[in-house]
Amino acid sequence: MLKLETRPQPSKLMSLASPLLALLITVLIGIGLFMLLGRDPLRGLQMFFWEPIRSVNAWSELSLKATPLLFIALGLAVCFRSNVWNIGAEGQFVIGALAAGWVAMQADANSSRWIVAAILAAGVLGGMAWAGITALLRDRFNANEILVSLMLVYVADLLLGYMVYGPLKDPNGYNFPQSITFLAITKIPRLLDGWRANIGVLIALASIAAGWLLMFRTYAGFALQVGGLAPAAARYAGFSSRRALWTALLLSGGMAGLAGALEVAGPLGQLTPYVPAGYGFAAIIVAFVGRLHPVGILFSSILMSMFYIGGELAQSRLGLPKAITGVFQGLLLFTLLACDTLIHYRLRWVHSRVAPSVRA
Amino acid sequence: MSQPPSQMPNLPLRLELSGISKQYPAVKANDEVNLKVEAGRIHAVLGENGAGKSTLMKIIYGAVQPDAGLMVWNGRPVQIKSPAQARQLGISMVYQHFSLFDTLTAAENVWLGLDKGLSLSEVTARIRVLAESYGLDIDPLRPVHSLSVGERQRVEIIRALMGKPELLILDEPTSVLTPQAVDKLFITLRQLAAQGCSILYISHKLDEIRALCSQCTVLRGGRVTGEVDPRSQSNAELSRLMIGAEPPRLRQLDPLAQPPLGTTVLELRELSLAKESPFGTSLVDLSLQLRRGEILGIAGVSGNGQQELMAALSGEDPRLAPGQLHLFGADIAGANASKRRRLGLHFVPEERLGRGAVPTLSLAQNTLLTRTENVTSMGWIRIQKVQQLAQDLIARFQVRAGGAAAVARSLSGGNLQKFIVGREIDANPKVLIICQPTWGVDVGAAAQIRAELLKLRDGGCAVLVVSEELDELFEISDRLVVMAQGRLSPALAVADASRALIGEWMSGLWPQEVSQHAEA
Repeated sequence: MLKLETRPQPSKLMSLASPLLALLITVLIGIGLFMLLGRDPLRGLQMFFWEPIRSVNAWSELSLKATPLLFIALGLAVCFRSNVWNIGAEGQFVIGALAAGWVAMQADANSSRWIVAAILAAGVLGGMAWAGITALLRDRFNANEILVSLMLVYVADLLLGYMVYGPLKDPNGYNFPQSITFLAITKIPRLLDGWRANIGVLIALASIAAGWLLMFRTYAGFALQVGGLAPAAARYAGFSSRRALWTALLLSGGMAGLAGALEVAGPLGQLTPYVPAGYGFAAIIVAFVGRLHPVGILFSSILMSMFYIGGELAQSRLGLPKAITGVFQGLLLFTLLACDTLIHYRLRWVHSRVAPSVRA
Repeated sequence: MSQPPSQMPNLPLRLELSGISKQYPAVKANDEVNLKVEAGRIHAVLGENGAGKSTLMKIIYGAVQPDAGLMVWNGRPVQIKSPAQARQLGISMVYQHFSLFDTLTAAENVWLGLDKGLSLSEVTARIRVLAESYGLDIDPLRPVHSLSVGERQRVEIIRALMGKPELLILDEPTSVLTPQAVDKLFITLRQLAAQGCSILYISHKLDEIRALCSQCTVLRGGRVTGEVDPRSQSNAELSRLMIGAEPPRLRQLDPLAQPPLGTTVLELRELSLAKESPFGTSLVDLSLQLRRGEILGIAGVSGNGQQELMAALSGEDPRLAPGQLHLFGADIAGANASKRRRLGLHFVPEERLGRGAVPTLSLAQNTLLTRTENVTSMGWIRIQKVQQLAQDLIARFQVRAGGAAAVARSLSGGNLQKFIVGREIDANPKVLIICQPTWGVDVGAAAQIRAELLKLRDGGCAVLVVSEELDELFEISDRLVVMAQGRLSPALAVADASRALIGEWMSGLWPQEVSQHAEA
């Protein structure tokens, strides 16, 4: 029979192999799922794993989904490594988008191209402010940051709703709940003409490098992670837990806000109640599948975007419900958590339970 | 106590183990261990930390299953699958760390641990009988939190005796006791043995074993290295069996050659702190002066406020009022741990894993907890130099580890201790506060650590040592203070102190007028 046995050291190999194994199991379950639904599993898999990457345009579309996921997941990775459980990146994304959208609405014919910088900065500040509420309540009243940040997501959604149904509603919009369409000058510059991919991709790649340096090459990043791994050791070293809390939350809030700004001033081009697309929650999966490592997050954000796009294609071409995206995302996280057992344990085949215990 | 010498085994065998082996993923904890325990005999199991003593005892008590080997109990081969089964056979064990509920009374705790259904009042009556007949002075109705450590141990022993055991296993029972309490315990144990109960006495303290036991099995690295009568062996012979070599002698200093005591570098003034956890100890009116070029030892049974005092001195407990702690004349009461460290105050905590080191980080990364010379002013880490520092520490303090990249958790307790102590000693501190400096390290490494501490002192460093080992404190300290119930005794020059006196003070009984005298 099979027996789980503690490894003397956590396995480095398994730490990398576990996400791949999880992906494999997800695919296998996916095949079963397609067959159960009476669809050709090969065509189903094609929707998820081939269509999203088959052309330059597909990659361009993929990048639009992957960039916000990547920004948010990078910030969350720092947060989670510091043992600060920010579950409300979705809310910080929304407030970032709202702040950025408001700045974009202030543009007029005289605005310079640099207004894009102001839009992005507003997004960062909005996200930071929203995460700051969580940090303040945690710091001041020891309120649980998981609950506070999560509940603030719904507050942010309602705030956005109020703004687009009220003060920010387009007066010439036939009473639709949406803001004016932003002027072209406020648009995030595109990478190449003809495709929707924008310079957010470049900022994202730079952020990966910056995140890696912060985590593995700076003393501040080290101090943050010690606080997460062993709080008593952090106290012993003299690393402030309050500073870690504020740094982690403001950083992840800012990253989520930046993602919101890129989204609203990029593909969306106006504020609507449909800004929250679940990126903030999906990014939690992205962060963990990417092993809370910047390079890992690059790959996991691409994978996650393939699920998004694949889900939409499965809806339109195979007539499957949109929920299939969520099913795949959930399956991936679930199997990953299961496979992670193998990092700390190994499977061993034991012949029998009784025989070796006593030698006659 | 006239027991026959062990060469004439005329007593029936209570327990016989042959060829017991146990393999853990990384180590072979027991390798073909043989052990014979006679009825009514106090039998010592001697060995260093990690020699396999605890595993062997857990196998006897049924808490761990051996991979191979035979166990014979009172002439019958047995397989003990669980502690409950062991208790049924008549085997009881008192663990090193007590498992009592603080909020319950002694009687309720004993009652909880029983397998069969006695009423609480029956249990209480039985405790009184046992306490009476074995001199285990205890009131069954007192809540455990109000008991001293020695009294708690008596509750554990009474609990073990409830089942009328024929074999009692005691795991390092004296590590938490004052010398006087140890004497009392020995009287009880001898009485038990005289009535036919065999006792397995696990320890690494040679003097105790020679005083108490008439037979001794020595373990080293999971194997039996000797089967002797400890009363006829010298300490040196026993320790040769235990560690394979005689302990190196510490350099004895000529008292005249010692430098005169220097100026006060660290001064604690009238510190009182309420306990933070219900089972902590409140600190009451502590004053302490640590001088340049001295080693000041803090003796005392652990759990009497040492932890709380250390946290206050290191900066981990930020509740000090301004003016309560001075370093080189400057008020550092408000400074956090890293600021105090920058001023030259280094600290080695008692918990190595999780506090002194991050379990899942490498040794190289763990140097960064207290050593910032490899961090640039911009906050960048010089990876190469960090690696180099860890390698140097590993070499200098003979840490057995898989290199600078090995995670702290992969080291044995003693080796991690060497690394952490080495990390702080190597920093050339001006003031070093160190808890249990040689806890869990082998005798050779202990001697090295003590020698390094003396070297630091001779170089002018002020050293504060908290230790449970009185021998260690007498060996290296210049002055001693005793901590009991959250208070500090007056300081004594080590030449004026005796084990008996310090033992008395460890119960909190130091003359009050002396302390007033010292303050005047």
